[in-house]
Amino acid sequence: MRGVGKERFTVVGQPLPKIDAWAKVTGETRFADDLSLPRMAYGKLLRSPHPHALIRRIDTGRARALPGVYGVLTGLDLPRVKFGILPVSQDEEALCTEKVRMVGDAVAAVAAVDEETAERATELIDVEYEVLPALMSIEAALRRPEVRIHEYGDGPNVHKAVSLEFGDVESAFARADLVREDVFYFEGNTHLPMEQHCALALWGPDGKLTLWSSTQTPHYVHRLLGPILDVPPAHIRVIATPNGGGFGGKLDPFAHEIAACKLSQVTGRPVKITLTREEVFYVHRGRHPVLMWVRTGVTRQGEILGMHFRTWLDGGAYGSYGVASTFYTGALQTVTYRVPAYKFEGARIFTNKPPCGPKRGHGTPQPRFALECHLDKIAGELGLDPADMRRRILAEPFTKTANHLTVTTIGLGECIDRVVLASGWRDKVGQLPPGRGIGIACSSYLTGAGSAIYWNDMPHSGVVVRADRSGGVAVLCGAIDVGQGSDSILAYLVAEVLGIDPKDIRVHAADTDLTPVDLGSYSSRVTLMCGNAAIQAAERLRGLLLGAVAAKLGVAAEALAARGRRIGLPDDPDRSVSFAEAVVLAESIHGVLAVPGSYAPPKRAGKYKGGGVGPSPCYSYTACVVELEVDRETGGVRIDDVWIAHDVGRALNPLLVEGQVEGSVYMGIGEALMEEQVFRKGLHKAPSLLEYKSPTTLETPEIHTILVETDDPEGPFGAKEAGQGPLLPVIPAIANAVHDAIGVRIDEIPITPDKILKALARKREGKPARVGPERLPRFTFPAPRIVESAFGQPADGVAARPFQGGEGGRP
Amino acid sequence: MPKTLLRLSVNGEDHDLAAAPHKTLLEVLREEMGLTGTKHGCELGECGTCTVLVDGRPVLSCLALPIELEGRAITTVEGLAGAGRLHPLQQAFAELGAAQCGYCTPGILLTARALLADNPRPTRQEIREALAGNLCRCTGYTKILDAVELAALRSAGGA
Repeated sequence: MRGVGKERFTVVGQPLPKIDAWAKVTGETRFADDLSLPRMAYGKLLRSPHPHALIRRIDTGRARALPGVYGVLTGLDLPRVKFGILPVSQDEEALCTEKVRMVGDAVAAVAAVDEETAERATELIDVEYEVLPALMSIEAALRRPEVRIHEYGDGPNVHKAVSLEFGDVESAFARADLVREDVFYFEGNTHLPMEQHCALALWGPDGKLTLWSSTQTPHYVHRLLGPILDVPPAHIRVIATPNGGGFGGKLDPFAHEIAACKLSQVTGRPVKITLTREEVFYVHRGRHPVLMWVRTGVTRQGEILGMHFRTWLDGGAYGSYGVASTFYTGALQTVTYRVPAYKFEGARIFTNKPPCGPKRGHGTPQPRFALECHLDKIAGELGLDPADMRRRILAEPFTKTANHLTVTTIGLGECIDRVVLASGWRDKVGQLPPGRGIGIACSSYLTGAGSAIYWNDMPHSGVVVRADRSGGVAVLCGAIDVGQGSDSILAYLVAEVLGIDPKDIRVHAADTDLTPVDLGSYSSRVTLMCGNAAIQAAERLRGLLLGAVAAKLGVAAEALAARGRRIGLPDDPDRSVSFAEAVVLAESIHGVLAVPGSYAPPKRAGKYKGGGVGPSPCYSYTACVVELEVDRETGGVRIDDVWIAHDVGRALNPLLVEGQVEGSVYMGIGEALMEEQVFRKGLHKAPSLLEYKSPTTLETPEIHTILVETDDPEGPFGAKEAGQGPLLPVIPAIANAVHDAIGVRIDEIPITPDKILKALARKREGKPARVGPERLPRFTFPAPRIVESAFGQPADGVAARPFQGGEGGRP
Repeated sequence: MPKTLLRLSVNGEDHDLAAAPHKTLLEVLREEMGLTGTKHGCELGECGTCTVLVDGRPVLSCLALPIELEGRAITTVEGLAGAGRLHPLQQAFAELGAAQCGYCTPGILLTARALLADNPRPTRQEIREALAGNLCRCTGYTKILDAVELAALRSAGGA
């Protein structure tokens, strides 16, 4: 590996503190709402109280007359263009002009001297609505095609309907020893970052706009604000502030960002809008509620011959990332286990609820829950140990899947072995006392989406490394740290390549004026993509430094090494110079030392429509075992231990990887047992941190994390993702453990006490011991697009990547 | 609403300021005093994010009124470190990765400090109980529990 053997890493692999740890523990980190500017006004949005209504009239006169109000906006003050994060779903307005489609849709905005005055002013805005029937479920939306939430899509209230078939699934079923069908439901839930969204906009007298925002995607916000505000993007600067958690909830362009910008323009003041916690529950874009049906044909040994998977997504009122979410509910089933023939049908339905989008695992935790419970039931029917059965049917490394995804390294076998051993699985499964249970599940996840949201041939990530004469190094990158430690990873990688200490490096992140584009902190892409770009930039800089030092010392550059803040002959301390001296030597030859690195993933998308969702440079793998106790009186579930093994490729910092795994387990437990985003008459039933139950320290068990390394050829120093994949198996492992404990199946997430009690009652009454969806919507999927299965084909080796050439490019 | 004059003792310093009497301690700390280390997660007393210490006890600053706190010793995260030296809890949180996004961290640090003042060697379960009112969405609490244990050990001279 580039002359730096594994044993010779100095920074990589060390459990170092994050470079921003000191700022975080002293309260110094400035989140968006911690910023204020002179003359700053406070903004508030007026939001619809109706889930579905036409706007007949908006009168802002009384609000404008309130003392302390600087400006009031309606949608008529903005360019009449609709927008959306995906080019195929341009269906949103920052301030609705004709129609509201959910409670919480913004219809007007106010800037005032303080927050209270702004809020009072919103109450003085008179809006006349004509209330329309509200469609609050998939069934209702399909049953009433005459009530249209949007005028576009693949049918009345159908945002997207897809159907793909890879290989002959029916003939696979005909050959199978067992064909099993199951139905599952996964209720929606939300990200719940502790920091509420906030935006601060300054429209300067020069006509240029600066927006500070708690966004995970400063580049996409930058790109979209131009047309939304009708301002040349060249005159817009977006600075992402450190996110107080995101989990996918800060990935769209939001009404408050747009309103803050426009209010700043009309008031001539900086304007800040911070959402309330209740508003965050409506802004949402979280986990889709998904109804699922799966049929799988297997041999007696559990070998999968073919699988047919159907999903119905309750999309909510707007498109958001929903087309991608829909494909993601079908994309990754094939990456974990061998599935030679695969058919997927999915439909996303519009409803009058807050729109769903990407939450940690984007579109994949729901089918993962279904698939892993379904496999457990198959193992039960076949009399096989569920761990052994999974172990035997794993996907093959460096092959393609039926749906044309290229898989590189797979550490899942080792992951299963490690959690089975650590948990004492063999002495426990089926053998624990009544009420206690143990369950297993596995998963895989992307390390970065292979395609950008808009098609282009430019890098997905860019980094500039600038060396200063002081010996300090600045790393400029468009990615924003959302708490996962992306700034630190950049510092570690650059420090490793340049032979300096991470403390010598300052990372300047996510400022569209100063930093090269990174597409955003989503799809577990930052470590791999920014990391590879950072390594490329640092290696190019090292090349310049080594060349200059070689000239000075009169030796060949190849003989030199950069280590311990010195560059010189590795075995001769007298023939070396300090890093700072090396910079002076190189700058004297080359001028300014600011070196770019670029990364774009290998172009491996399957050549079919929809083939752009699912490809990734590589996939992480996870196995999880959960042991728990069910109280048969109350229906309560207490999780005692979680063993989880994660194939992270290489742990660039094991402390941070463990943190990502532990946080994923925690969030999976919350989703499995308590979190749900449910509505009544258009209103959120639990829009507060007390009512929306999430795990505290008392509900979060001891988590035993095992890291497995596979040194993936695509990753920076072999690393794969860690932030999302480990959530996936937790939820089905819990469901499977509940079954082991009390012999009932809860085929619906969350597994709440009422469902457990209901299932136990059914079992006592001799009915099927199951709680879950009983029927499927009446819906005809389009005829499938028939694509040849690529199952088992060899991977394209290490595929050529764009931007790899040039001096110092990776070998 | 007319403002009231207040003298608040925050992090060992007296501050004279004017604020409307219904303003919460959270608002006064952040907006009148520039102490933005104290964060808000719900402003309804549900998440623990805005926790500060009043006379050493954890208090939710979003529910506390400054006019009731004159003459009391208020400690925020900015007052946790000594001159040039981090509190052992801060040091342990930094070293062990107990702060991911860091947004809940100030409230958790102050809650943990109150725990260790009462109970210098808490069990893991006692730490869980003390922190049960502080939500964290990033860490799964594991590294937070580890860090409080490490700080307790170090403060007791055990490491």
